[in-house]
Amino acid sequence: MAQHFRLPAGGRVDRSKPVSFTFNGSKIEGYRGDTLASALLANGVHFVGRSFKYHRPRGIISHGSDEPSALLSVSRGPGRTDPNNRASVVELREGLVTTSQNHWPSLNFDVGAVNDLFSPVFVAGFYYKTFMWPRSFWDKVYEPFIRAAAGLGVAPTEPDADRYANRHAHCDVLVVGMGPTGLAAALAASETGKRVIAVDEQSEPGGSLLHASDETIDGKPAADWLKETLAQLDARENVILLPRTTVFGYYNHNHVAMTERVTDHVIDPKGAPRERLWQVRAGHVVIAAGSLERPLVFADNDRPGVLLAESVRAFVNRYGVLPGRKIVFATSGASAYQAAIDAKAAGADVTVSDLRLEAGCGPELAKARAAGVEVLTAHTVIGTVGHKRVKGLIVAPVMGSGTIGPRRTLECDCVGMSGGWTPTVHLFSQSRGKLAYDEALDAFIPGTSAQAETTVGAARGDYNLAACLASGYAAGSKAAGGSAEWRFETSATLVGFQPVRVMPTDANPAKVRAFIDFQNDVTAKDIKLAVREGFQSIEHVKRYTTTGMATDQGKTSNMNALGVVAGQLDKPLPSVGTTTFRPPYTPTTFGALVGPARDALFDPIRTTPIHDWAVEHGAKFEPVSLWRRAWYFPKPGEDMHAAVARECKAVRDGVGVFDGSTLGKIEVVGPDAAEFMNRMYVNPWLKLEPGRCRYGLMLKEDGYILDDGVVARVAPDRFHVTTTTGGAARVLNHMEDYLQTEWPDLDVFLTSITEEWAVIAVQGPKARETIEPLVSDIDLSPEAFPHMAMREGRICGAPTRLFRVSFTGELGFEINVPADYGRAVWEAIYDSGKKFGITPYGTETMHVLRAEKGYIIVGQETDGTVTPDDVGLAGMIAKAKVDFVGKRSLGRPDLVASGRKQLVGLFADDPSLVLEEGAQIVADPNQPIPMKMLGHVTSSYDSPNVGRSIALAVVADGRARMGQTLFVTTPGGFARASVVDPVFFDAKGERINA
Amino acid sequence: MLLIDCPCCGLRPETEFRCGGQAHVARPATPADVTDKDWSEYLFVRENPRGVHAERWIHQHGCGRWFNALRDTVSDRFVETYPMGGDPKSTTTETRL
Amino acid sequence: MRRFSYRSLISEALNAHQGWQRQWRAPDPKPSYDVVIVGGGGHGLATAYYLASQHGITNVAVIEKGWIGGGNTGRNTTIIRSNYLYDESAGIYEHALKLWEGLSQELNYNVMFSQRGVLMLAHNVHDVQSFKRHVYANRLNGIDNEWLSTEECKAFCPPINISQDIRYPVMGGALQRRAGTARHDAVAWGYARGADSRGVDIIQNCEVKGIRRDASGAAVGVETTRGYIGAKRIGVVAAGNTSVVMQMAGVRMPLESYPLQALVSEPVKPCFPCVVMSNAVHAYLSQSDKGELVIGAGTDQYVSYSQQGGLHITNHTLDAICEMFPQFTRMKMLRSWGGVVDVTPDRSPIIGKTPVENLFVNCGWGTGGFKATPGSGHVFAHTLATGEPHEINAPFTLDRFRTGRLIDEAAAAAVAH
Repeated sequence: MAQHFRLPAGGRVDRSKPVSFTFNGSKIEGYRGDTLASALLANGVHFVGRSFKYHRPRGIISHGSDEPSALLSVSRGPGRTDPNNRASVVELREGLVTTSQNHWPSLNFDVGAVNDLFSPVFVAGFYYKTFMWPRSFWDKVYEPFIRAAAGLGVAPTEPDADRYANRHAHCDVLVVGMGPTGLAAALAASETGKRVIAVDEQSEPGGSLLHASDETIDGKPAADWLKETLAQLDARENVILLPRTTVFGYYNHNHVAMTERVTDHVIDPKGAPRERLWQVRAGHVVIAAGSLERPLVFADNDRPGVLLAESVRAFVNRYGVLPGRKIVFATSGASAYQAAIDAKAAGADVTVSDLRLEAGCGPELAKARAAGVEVLTAHTVIGTVGHKRVKGLIVAPVMGSGTIGPRRTLECDCVGMSGGWTPTVHLFSQSRGKLAYDEALDAFIPGTSAQAETTVGAARGDYNLAACLASGYAAGSKAAGGSAEWRFETSATLVGFQPVRVMPTDANPAKVRAFIDFQNDVTAKDIKLAVREGFQSIEHVKRYTTTGMATDQGKTSNMNALGVVAGQLDKPLPSVGTTTFRPPYTPTTFGALVGPARDALFDPIRTTPIHDWAVEHGAKFEPVSLWRRAWYFPKPGEDMHAAVARECKAVRDGVGVFDGSTLGKIEVVGPDAAEFMNRMYVNPWLKLEPGRCRYGLMLKEDGYILDDGVVARVAPDRFHVTTTTGGAARVLNHMEDYLQTEWPDLDVFLTSITEEWAVIAVQGPKARETIEPLVSDIDLSPEAFPHMAMREGRICGAPTRLFRVSFTGELGFEINVPADYGRAVWEAIYDSGKKFGITPYGTETMHVLRAEKGYIIVGQETDGTVTPDDVGLAGMIAKAKVDFVGKRSLGRPDLVASGRKQLVGLFADDPSLVLEEGAQIVADPNQPIPMKMLGHVTSSYDSPNVGRSIALAVVADGRARMGQTLFVTTPGGFARASVVDPVFFDAKGERINA
Repeated sequence: MLLIDCPCCGLRPETEFRCGGQAHVARPATPADVTDKDWSEYLFVRENPRGVHAERWIHQHGCGRWFNALRDTVSDRFVETYPMGGDPKSTTTETRL
Repeated sequence: MRRFSYRSLISEALNAHQGWQRQWRAPDPKPSYDVVIVGGGGHGLATAYYLASQHGITNVAVIEKGWIGGGNTGRNTTIIRSNYLYDESAGIYEHALKLWEGLSQELNYNVMFSQRGVLMLAHNVHDVQSFKRHVYANRLNGIDNEWLSTEECKAFCPPINISQDIRYPVMGGALQRRAGTARHDAVAWGYARGADSRGVDIIQNCEVKGIRRDASGAAVGVETTRGYIGAKRIGVVAAGNTSVVMQMAGVRMPLESYPLQALVSEPVKPCFPCVVMSNAVHAYLSQSDKGELVIGAGTDQYVSYSQQGGLHITNHTLDAICEMFPQFTRMKMLRSWGGVVDVTPDRSPIIGKTPVENLFVNCGWGTGGFKATPGSGHVFAHTLATGEPHEINAPFTLDRFRTGRLIDEAAAAAVAH
């Protein structure tokens, strides 16, 4: 296909750089500087897609990001395919593979187009009224059919080959939009030396100046002024210019979010990200986002070949493309005349049909006629001729009485329509500024600002070039703290339009299909139907008809929809309200919002100093909060069960070594440390001697268990607190909160020392003998160093806080050494223990061993609704203390009521059966559903040391049920189990004191 | 994302902070003397106003200090921040934004 | 009320749809009603509907300060399920689910209840234990919920990545097949139409400014922007604004109102068959009938009525979605929005009496109220009609915060050790 509609000269495309791509398999050529839309039009392709609901043929409507119809799937190679790209936004790049969407089997012949025949039935909201009979058909027939018919393009299925970046920035002035207004604002703001960031969503800055024709600024052609201004800004070190960057969100406290399209337009990204998310905290935001042209609403206004008038002008002037040879401009305002004049100058046969009376027109009329353009004033548009491409525009005069005169068909292959302009107030509204309705402009414009923000230029309804430049300049200066002004001399701008909702017609309005929302196929009569059915708030209308809900979010349709609602209700437009604009301004790639936050950068993975040793020794790991913990250490050929059984035996028979470094650790220091501990924990602390440890139990203020852990008093004013692995931050936060806000009088410091200390647990009858050769300065004999003692000294020459504690029920030590010595000390212990068969064990074995002893794990036996008494730890509570956090709540009626669930042991009747953790417990398995549940299994293992399966459970009144038979759910039914004491091994606790 | 004026560190982004809910909810000095009803009020009942709200924040990933703030819950604008234990300069009624 | 049927739809198609009447009237408020319901969201409208249909009480007004269904009803991600752990929660959500199953026919309004299944993924040993606890509890309560192995998860929802070397590998999941989604707006409209046809007055753009009480302290009516309206009983169903409304009667509530955000992608052809939730990764995802991926984010951390939250919350949610479904990074966010959710200390609702005579409240649904809409309306209608709670909402008292008899589902899913 040759570029038959490309003009021989003019525009900003580079005719020396041809670029080829495919559309639905056909190879097409455009030029560097083209968008997909301009390249397709240069080759005479208008029909590029099917609409959402009726599958009607649709073409390119706009040259900008407001495009509602021309949505294509675009592929840049493997892992680089995505749907729903606006043809007017995609920059042409060699090798793009583009395809049209929402049709089967082909764009030209689409079975789904049958929907259009049923359009009399498929009106707004019809699906709420039907598809209900028979009931079973909804899930099986109707919904699958609706789902398959809906949706536009096809979601990507392969992993993304691109990467995304994220950047935070600060500036004094952020200028949104680099059209004439924004450029003037950036110029003025940067004069003062303040940091300025100016952004524009298009591939090059300039906005409307990019398709200027005879406009001049300060005596120069607009294009020259643009070039000079950009050079001037570019030379300023305090200015960052970001083209291809869309401000999509305006959040609290001038937090502005934008995406920069970095590499979609280049063939080889060379590792650069596809898009970059910018999060800017701006001192002041100048919104110069311009305005959006309104389509006219008339029958079959959706035919391919019907464009916005200004877009026709942009394709002609900026891209050197004539969208048609015979173009009719249908308008109710002045700006379309300039498009007509430019199209005429480019060689098109041009006619203007203007709804306005001759007397209502301005200088544009004479200018157009002088240029040889035929103008029909006081003419309405009745409809179009043509199906897959517009072939003619049916117009008719509107008589003085309002009656419609005889129809006449203007043959054409392109229509440029203009129903006036709508300021782009999206960002202003997102910033929570209040919109005000301006009757003269027939538009909502920014009213009161809610943040440090100024909206100027066309975005507040100023369409005159000189005024835009002047107001932009003044706003930019003011935003930077200055007060400079500049008077720009420009050519005259053709402005002004007559608001129109639906073009007058001689046809029955109840049957005319005049589209308001092109993508979602919402017509004026759909909106009227919604209003008749009582949907009168614009939000109800939107939701009932789906107008404004498509991927363009109603950029071209909102004002027309509002106008029709107001007209139907016979109310002034502002009383219908406007919808709230929310982020994003245009659809924003998930990847850009995610940035590099994937895998370990999504959530960091924490590992201990001994982690690499475990990896080298074949450990399997389990995720525990952010940590990866060694789960078990299988030998070749061992499965988890075999490995854990071996580890469990080894600890009880000899010695095992376990990496406890993930335990949370907090140092509580200060003259009031003991008093603080006394208030935070249920236990008594004042009399605990330095060098002694105590198991601490901590409650939330509501009386339920928050955390537990062994605490050592290192010195009179110093406690070494341990917490659960997952609870470390929670406990420190909890302590800080009380310390700073309830008891600021206490002289205490809290420091997280989790990362400071590696913790190596050496457990088993041979534990002492294993570490003895390594420890200096500490007498390890049972008399000098009993259970629950702590000594400071040295191990392998490294300083240590050596705890004699046990979570296994065996003689045991927990050796704290500075993290950097962790691996060396671990290896020394491992070597020293080899003669005793020292066995490294993981979290699973740790769980089994402690369950054999009936020790609870907070978060497993407890779940945030469990009191100390529930788990048999009421004895920990210091009776003499008047108060501690949670004490008062323990006295609440439900916490002292009978029937609470209590920790017990369970023996399944079948000793080989390991009950499922989470299984529910009932007294009678034959009772009717819903059954009365007594509790659930919290921990359950095969215990090699007990020689059978064991389980811990919480059961209503459990301690009173010792010996009872209960029934525990299994995947296939119930298992019988008896209630037993939760201590399964060494009930007398002799081994721990060895 | 809010921009919060930490009394120690100045303006910092919200992600450095944690909100601790309503401020000035004093823990009863002798909880044992408080009725169940009053205790449940202390634990659970909150002002939750539509308007200016006195609340607690901690600069978790900064100085680590708790402080108080007055913030309008409709506009999300801060009226002021002030140290823990102190009183605001503005009153909640006259500062409604 | 004109019934919707194929016949009526076709006859209207031939008539250019000129004959459809308003789906609900726009009446002026009467001087007084038997029951005034404050709040025209799904729960309030359902309450009115069941008052009329189940209890024959039709002299009822629903007072809405904006437009009906404009609050959280129209802002949620439409997930419906009943596989809760505790008997109390399971009771009310299952009651709701059973009503959902016949709701389109009951209302003669297609609410598009789609039982496509909700799959909750387990990513660590603790999740597995917790989900199995739910599965077994549900089984004994007669609620469907089944445990799926990792491979079965993949078979049920092919887009799931079951590779074991990702940041949060899938270790299985709990599936409730009867769970699913519905068309949120239609629920409000369907109940409104049904209630209106039975005589209920739905009064929009009418804000309650005060609650009038008599000498004995009992509530007797509401002051509104459209004048005083007397009421024998008042039911406050105002979601995020409950604290504000209850304060008008001098009742302080154990509630805090937080922003909750959600977002949708651009519409695409069917690519995601069910609802997937992951607590560990903090994400949930489904695809609407229109083709949009519907994604729920978390709450912001501070009290706010702004219906707007921070971008970092949205970003974190998308981080999670793309961590689980990396093929979606090239999808685009189309719309994001916020609601105001009222959260109780145990994150379970309060449905019942208040310390003020004749004043009743239904609130505290937090982030999960949509799924309960029919059940909530049904039992609250019973409460308003009889003055006493239905057995299903009896546990959800305001008094439980005094006794400590909390219903804390989230605590029961406590994070790992």
